[in-house]
Amino acid sequence: MADALPTTAVDIADAVRAGRVTAVDVVERHLAAIASREADIHAFNLVLADEARAAAAAVDAAVAAGRDPGPLAGVPIALKDNMCTRGIATTCSSKILDGWRPPYDATVVTKLAAAGAVLVGKTNLDEFAMGSSTENSAFGVTRNPHALDRVAGGSSGGSAASVAAEFAPLALGSDTGGSIRQPAALCGVVGVKPTYGYVSRYGLVAFASSLDQIGPFSTTVDDAALVLDVIGGHDPQDSTSIPQPHPSLREALRDQDISGLRVGRITDLPEGCDPDVLERLEVAFDTLRAAGARIVDVKVPAFGYALTAYYLIAPAEASSNLARFDGVRYGLRVNAADTNAMYGATRAAGFGDEVKRRIMLGTYALSAGYYDAYYGRALKVRRLIADDFDRAYQSADVLVTPTSPTVAFPIGAKGDNPLAMYLCDVYTIPTNLAGHPGMSVPFGTGADGLPVGIQVLAGTLGEPAMFRAAAALEAASKRSMA
Amino acid sequence: MTTTTDDLSVVDPLDSGRRGEVINGYELIVGLEVHVELATATKLFSASANRFGDEPNTHIDPVTLGLPGALPVLNRHAVELAMRIGLALNCTIKPSTFHRKNYFYPDMPKAYQISQYDQPLNVDGHLDLPNGIRIGIERAHLEEDTGKSTHFGGASGRIHGSTHSLIDFNRAGVPLVEIVSRPDIRSAEEARQYVTELRAILVAVGASDAKMEEGSMRCDANVSVHKPGTPFGTRCEIKNVNSVRSLGRAIEYEARRQIDMIEAGETVRQETRHWDEGDGRTHTLRTKEDADDYRYFLEPDLVPLAPSAEWVEAVREALPMLPGARRARLAEATGVAPDSEAIMVVVERGQDDYVLAVGHVGGDVARALVHVKEAYADAGAQPEVPAADLAVLTKLETDGKLTATQAKAVLADLVVGGGGDAVAIAKSKGFEAMDTGALESLVDQVIAENADAWAKFCAGEGKAMGALVGAAMKASQGKADGKQVTALLNTKRG
Repeated sequence: MADALPTTAVDIADAVRAGRVTAVDVVERHLAAIASREADIHAFNLVLADEARAAAAAVDAAVAAGRDPGPLAGVPIALKDNMCTRGIATTCSSKILDGWRPPYDATVVTKLAAAGAVLVGKTNLDEFAMGSSTENSAFGVTRNPHALDRVAGGSSGGSAASVAAEFAPLALGSDTGGSIRQPAALCGVVGVKPTYGYVSRYGLVAFASSLDQIGPFSTTVDDAALVLDVIGGHDPQDSTSIPQPHPSLREALRDQDISGLRVGRITDLPEGCDPDVLERLEVAFDTLRAAGARIVDVKVPAFGYALTAYYLIAPAEASSNLARFDGVRYGLRVNAADTNAMYGATRAAGFGDEVKRRIMLGTYALSAGYYDAYYGRALKVRRLIADDFDRAYQSADVLVTPTSPTVAFPIGAKGDNPLAMYLCDVYTIPTNLAGHPGMSVPFGTGADGLPVGIQVLAGTLGEPAMFRAAAALEAASKRSMA
Repeated sequence: MTTTTDDLSVVDPLDSGRRGEVINGYELIVGLEVHVELATATKLFSASANRFGDEPNTHIDPVTLGLPGALPVLNRHAVELAMRIGLALNCTIKPSTFHRKNYFYPDMPKAYQISQYDQPLNVDGHLDLPNGIRIGIERAHLEEDTGKSTHFGGASGRIHGSTHSLIDFNRAGVPLVEIVSRPDIRSAEEARQYVTELRAILVAVGASDAKMEEGSMRCDANVSVHKPGTPFGTRCEIKNVNSVRSLGRAIEYEARRQIDMIEAGETVRQETRHWDEGDGRTHTLRTKEDADDYRYFLEPDLVPLAPSAEWVEAVREALPMLPGARRARLAEATGVAPDSEAIMVVVERGQDDYVLAVGHVGGDVARALVHVKEAYADAGAQPEVPAADLAVLTKLETDGKLTATQAKAVLADLVVGGGGDAVAIAKSKGFEAMDTGALESLVDQVIAENADAWAKFCAGEGKAMGALVGAAMKASQGKADGKQVTALLNTKRG
């Protein structure tokens, strides 16, 4: 009978709310999938089997009592392990948070619970979300469900893999420079980074506060809209969350017609993209044109210089955000002769190499005498990037690019070369600096039969158009597979 | 921790403007940085209570403790109190931002302090001392307080050499306004006056209880000396000054130290110094070379703070009359100088209404000032006597219907009873002023009984007058009016 159970979040929630299936059956099927493949994939830092069963039973009880458990009734969801869960370890895949259990829930966790979602586990990530392969985790690499010798991408690799492996139909990740979209592309699932301020950051352990944004992974564009409708919206506990209400994305998706939509093709996109990925990009433009969209050529020079600005701004903020991990109040403490030595010993033992590298980069960029040349300059570039996008969005409603220059690469291939790793995010980073939304939608396969993701970008609060374009690509992709 | 303003202001004029007192040919230049805790119900960025003196670590939450993922939300009431301070100090309220000031210290939970940096809320104001001297205010900005560390096991009570430390985070995140004066203060006495006047203003506008002894008002002094006509000298910042009195002592000591160094051919180093109340000296805390690099950058978790013109005006409208204006009003009504001790006391004790009421009913306002200064001081706590009742009493005295001694007795009853009818009280006590004839015979009797004193008085010994008046008071059982006795004695001496 398990095969009869619905697989998408939309279908599960409908069926559970209608009493056609039980949330317990749904969660048991996903826990069974975890039991069979998690040892190979390592998507999770922590599987919450008992808690998930209890939450599912509560959903079923609500349905039985005639109450509506909410729009995500009985939908299993995996949570990136940098979002706070009350009483449940939140590690950021770092040794420095060893033993820490947050005394509070992130706003997204509260909203998911109120909507009837069932949390199945906390997923692996690059330590403090710094990386593009989930190899920088203190707890081991996450493997790509499509090819176990390949990376799942990162930093939200565990969340992407958990959806790709059908451990959960939904997962949340965080995206600072591409950390949702790139692993979504590499794992062949949908991944969305909303407009900065669309989803509350309260309870998301900060990497780079002005860039971080929470967003969903799912198997369908509609599912991503469903969860964003639940977790989006103003939060008085996050001063940077957008105050005005935003329209339902599921409503926006009811209109599938994209005729007349202006789709921008970036003519000055940085080189270095693999030909198999570029081939899929061309098919994407053909598909959108065939659906009635108008393809327009735009220049966005920002793609050429955003990476440099990003690797000053993000580490600068990180150097400050991660200074609180000092061994005084929580997490790891390595005792030493005096307070300063304790700080040093704790942070030396607690942080991995990539985190240390970025803390040093950021500290240097903010230091007296270097601020103007590095951080100050990067802020100016950031404004230019926003200007570049604003010009492009005068002639285009959405922009379409590859998400990642390559399909999933072998584990260990880029471990010794930070710069090569940073280039994984060359197409995703500019959007974060502008605060705009972007999403990756799976669009066929490239080299070695591995998934290719196409990225759709839009201006501030341009999610409705972005979702419609992504849905058109998804529909074509599904037709070609059928 | 204070925001040092090194890179924000350039102060190096050859002429310091107003000339202050000159010590050994050196002029003293002082600027003060005063931190005040705002009297809000909750903290600057979280809903925990802002309360002093409770059990340690009872007013804490994820934001206060800097837990991962917690975010600050600005307290609107704190902004309003900061605006009251700015407006009371004649500042301009500007669109402002918050920065992070990064440094490691165990009682600083996030390892950065959120503070306003290059775009403070209040700028370019001034404070007028009671004597009319104007002290410029560079800025008054919002920031959060740190927790409080207590170090054990060391000799000094400081972190160095201690074996363990306890941290109370109740104070962490308490809203502070840092008020930075321009280097316009020219003496230790002016510094004391500045802090006293500032405190009166802060209390008047309800922004803070401003108690230096409880730490809700803290003062750092930037002190330098120079020869008039030459550029300002190198300044030292003096910390750990815990009372107005210590402030004066610390500045005097520091000025002397710097002058002695220069006179001895040494160079004053820019440094932060610690005032030691015990030995009455300042000691090096840290030199400029080992000052932290705070790596200031815009706080990305907050949005800019730009109060609307309507909000600013509403706050301005709601401000009470400030001490300076109250002194001016009393000076106008009484003809006494606004910085006279009597008026200062009346304003400090909030007895303006009484003094003005006395004037209104035609009483002797100078007498009213004395009542406040002396009689009320005796009463200890603030007397809760309606100004109108007091005015009646003073009028009785002014009109000669009560002597000063009798008036004081009636006043004591009014204070005990929380007000009342002075006329009825005087009657019940059998008080009535002696008529002139009776007084004259009384004075003659006193002269006869105190021949020695009278002789001395006639020989010009002023002190003898006191003995004669005292004897008259005693003989009349307090009914004689001292002033009239004095007048009669003078007349009789011829």
